[in-house]
Amino acid sequence: MTYAPNIRIIRVMCSGRVAPQFVLKAFIEGADGVLISGCHPGDCHYQEGNYNALRRHRLLSKMLEQFGIERERFRLEWVSAAEGVKFQQICDEFTEQIKKLGPLNLNGGKDEHREA
Amino acid sequence: MNNDKKIKLTINDKPIEVDEGITILQAAKMLDIDIPTLCYHPLLEPYAACRICVVEKKTGENSDLVTSCNTKVQEGMVIYTDSENAAKARRLNVELLMAQAPAAKPVQEIAKELGIEKTRFEIEDPEEKCILCGLCVRTCEQIVGAEAISFIERGKNRTVSPPFGEPSEACIGCTACAYFCPTEAITVEDLYGRKVIHNELNLGPSTAILVPIRQAVPMVPVIDEEACIHFKTGECKLCEKVCEKEAINHEMEDEEIEIEVGSVILASGFKPFDATRIPAYGYGRFDNVITGLEFEKLNNASGPTEGKILLANGEEPKAVGIVHCVGSRDKNYNEYCSRVCCMYSLKFAHLIKEKTNAEIYDFYIDMRCFGKGYEEFYHRLLEEGTKFIRGCVSEVTDLALTEQEEGKLIINVEDTLLGIVRRIPVDMVILATGLEPGLDQNEIARIFNISCSQDTFFLERHPKLAPVSTFSDGIFLAGTCQSPKDIPDTVAQAGAAASEALALADKGTFELEPITAEIDEERCSGCQLCIGLCPFTAITYNKEKGISEINDALCKGCGTCVSACPSGASQQKHFRDSQIFAEIEGIFIE
Amino acid sequence: MSTEKPKVAFYWCASCGGCEEAVIDLAEDILKVVEAVDIVFWPVALDFKKKDVEAMKDGSIAVSFINGAVRLSEQEEMVKLLRQKSGLVVAFGSCSHLGGIPGLGNFWNKETIFRRAYITTPSTDNPDGTVPLEKTEVDGKELTLPRFYDTVYTLDQVIDVDYYLPGCAPPPDLIMNALQAILEGKLPPKGAVLSPNKSLCDDCKRNESKPEKLTIKEIKRPWEVELDPEKCFLAQGVICMGPATRTGCGERCIEANMPCRGCFGPTDQVIDQGAKFLSSLASILDTDDEKEIEKIVDTIVDPAGTFYRFSLPSSILRRRRMEDIK
Repeated sequence: MTYAPNIRIIRVMCSGRVAPQFVLKAFIEGADGVLISGCHPGDCHYQEGNYNALRRHRLLSKMLEQFGIERERFRLEWVSAAEGVKFQQICDEFTEQIKKLGPLNLNGGKDEHREA
Repeated sequence: MNNDKKIKLTINDKPIEVDEGITILQAAKMLDIDIPTLCYHPLLEPYAACRICVVEKKTGENSDLVTSCNTKVQEGMVIYTDSENAAKARRLNVELLMAQAPAAKPVQEIAKELGIEKTRFEIEDPEEKCILCGLCVRTCEQIVGAEAISFIERGKNRTVSPPFGEPSEACIGCTACAYFCPTEAITVEDLYGRKVIHNELNLGPSTAILVPIRQAVPMVPVIDEEACIHFKTGECKLCEKVCEKEAINHEMEDEEIEIEVGSVILASGFKPFDATRIPAYGYGRFDNVITGLEFEKLNNASGPTEGKILLANGEEPKAVGIVHCVGSRDKNYNEYCSRVCCMYSLKFAHLIKEKTNAEIYDFYIDMRCFGKGYEEFYHRLLEEGTKFIRGCVSEVTDLALTEQEEGKLIINVEDTLLGIVRRIPVDMVILATGLEPGLDQNEIARIFNISCSQDTFFLERHPKLAPVSTFSDGIFLAGTCQSPKDIPDTVAQAGAAASEALALADKGTFELEPITAEIDEERCSGCQLCIGLCPFTAITYNKEKGISEINDALCKGCGTCVSACPSGASQQKHFRDSQIFAEIEGIFIE
Repeated sequence: MSTEKPKVAFYWCASCGGCEEAVIDLAEDILKVVEAVDIVFWPVALDFKKKDVEAMKDGSIAVSFINGAVRLSEQEEMVKLLRQKSGLVVAFGSCSHLGGIPGLGNFWNKETIFRRAYITTPSTDNPDGTVPLEKTEVDGKELTLPRFYDTVYTLDQVIDVDYYLPGCAPPPDLIMNALQAILEGKLPPKGAVLSPNKSLCDDCKRNESKPEKLTIKEIKRPWEVELDPEKCFLAQGVICMGPATRTGCGERCIEANMPCRGCFGPTDQVIDQGAKFLSSLASILDTDDEKEIEKIVDTIVDPAGTFYRFSLPSSILRRRRMEDIK
């Protein structure tokens, strides 16, 4: 079973550990999309970390739009450890979607005008 | 009364020495001299209303008639309880009472004893029972403290009544007045016409002092605060007065005791499914539709019917239906199997067969006889002639369609083996109610930081490899709080939990999670946002230092608080912000 | 001799002038400052020119206090000059420290800002659509204006900064403490923010009023509620950046019954104040239900503007994506 090679994994203990700072960091470093994947609601190994991920995802998505980063580039998906196939499908589908959106081109938040 | 002073007197020529302050009646009792009384009660202030206790008191040449219930003894008193004068006066008083309350049985009895056949006085109301003894009024005032009733009017119109003859708000419905009334002049009725279903089977308390269940350990009665008069009015305490062992203490209060322990076994049990949630089964509407637990009480030899299987009207049932899976294996209520109902239903069928000649119908979805010897028991029941009908009961009704169904409860069921819908008339329906998580299940889960599975039963750490452990170290599970299970399984699990707990205690140490969060004292401002977020309540606020602190033994290392900490004071070992940032930078290096 | 007194320079970039006022707000303490130092450059108050600074020896100014963000080529040129001539450079106030209010311009670019400022504002009458040009020919002579950047920069994104004095504007006690520390040579490690490294809750009187479990069911804006002057703003459902903001300000806003808006920036463990606060706020929303969460999120009208009110240029993303601005 293989999934899209474009995906890079940052492992944390729980989706509740994913800080919005990490998502922003990934975007500015060059990621064209960020996927958070956690345990299903009600089935969190740490009881409720995934609900925190959900709350942060919704608020951060809204804020990213203000930065011109489309909602489609930032996804939250519930995938359990037993759902390898689902993970594969999501990765492939997400990669396709990002390809359609094209590169993000944040340029590190810098101003070409000034650097010129 | 605790006076050392002694008084000498004679009653019916018998000398006696008694404490100062007691009454002639009490002194006579010590000499085993019987003085008839009606309005006297040892727990109430004497009132001398009936005047039956009249005696003759001689002082030198002088003779006087006094009521013995409220006349205190005096030095040198000479009392005759049955002298001619006393007897004459008593007879007159009895005759007057006979005219006042011709229907009062105790008066008739005393009259009979005294040889009075009829009263010389005019009878106004031959049905009257009240002798105006005031026991009820005094009870309400002195014992209950409610003062809901009193005498109204005067002379021959005198009567006992609440104010204006209306039901009184001061009345707490304790019925003590009726209990104390010697002539049954006071009766209790339910003004609201509430129908009490199988009252004798009611599993709730029946009196204020009770033994909670018949198998209670320790076997000690308790006071039900909800029902006790004392906790309503502050008065009464009759039980305290009459308990010679002085075992009753109304001042005792619930107290919280802190005990330090190394491990905890949760065995908080279950709650029976509330059968009223399925209105179609008629529980609560039909007297003879009862739950499994109520049947157990009915069947109990020390129960209300002494173990006889009887209907609400006292007759033996001719046909009994037992409905399985009530509230279990049902998408409308609980999807899980409660596991115990099949077997207890079979037991009921067997017991009813043994005790009555009733036909027994067992309505089941699947017969789940999973334990040792269970299948054999099922076969025995088949041989005994219990009729097993495979199918879900849709309704229990009293609506008869045929003469045969008249006066019966009719069970509507789809017989899936015959492929037809059947109507089966029975006298009694037993609902095999399932098991549900306890009422405070979520609260307990919160206190002990453990998870619940989707059905709200406590979640074990692993269904196969760690069935008695939880995700919180040192917290173990036993019994139906974890999942529905029967007694053998519960005992087995409890044994396992006990040994796990002992094993942990014996070791004296336990392994901490390596990946926990830590709060930097220098950076924490004590904003406390993290505290409510921790699913393991591992974070507490140290008021003195003004910072939040993490208990390493409780922290499971999810990192939720780290992400949420607005000042970056909370960091997760091995997953620090700086480490993850570096990792992110790393993956983008071409 | 007075010539041996350490030399001090003040300069302003993209700012409102409030930081200059903050220096004046030292009141009589300014006399102590003047006694201890020589102010060699302070365009807002003293008549020294750029050429005077250029004439100074490199590193001869003991310390330059620079307020305001960098958004023009002129500002970049001046701060680079001051950096060259100064031993220490202190970013003075929120704008040079974090970008400040001018930094909110990073949600736009030069073109959209010019269009708004010079053409589409209702009070503007500019039918030809004239906007400032870097070069203009007038009577055969070329006039130049500094270049207006698309992006606002914090001071440390343009030059090396030694210390930061936070605040909009920095309070007098912090300014005096910083001056004293510099004069006495009792300096913290380079790069330090000269204010306590804890968040505002540490000093906030309302902190004790927080409930055991702080949760928010509904976000309210300050004008929508009658604010309880004793109770934690977050507990009242009002966004207060205090937990994610460095303390030291003297809680001036809190005392005035207004929530903290974050002008002191984050503590040293936090890179991105807005994202950090977003994470905290989202975490305490009192629901697990997806629809409910979205409903509450909808009530936060302008999350980016609220969470990055003072810190957009210093945030991880720094600015809105250029391609997105039309």
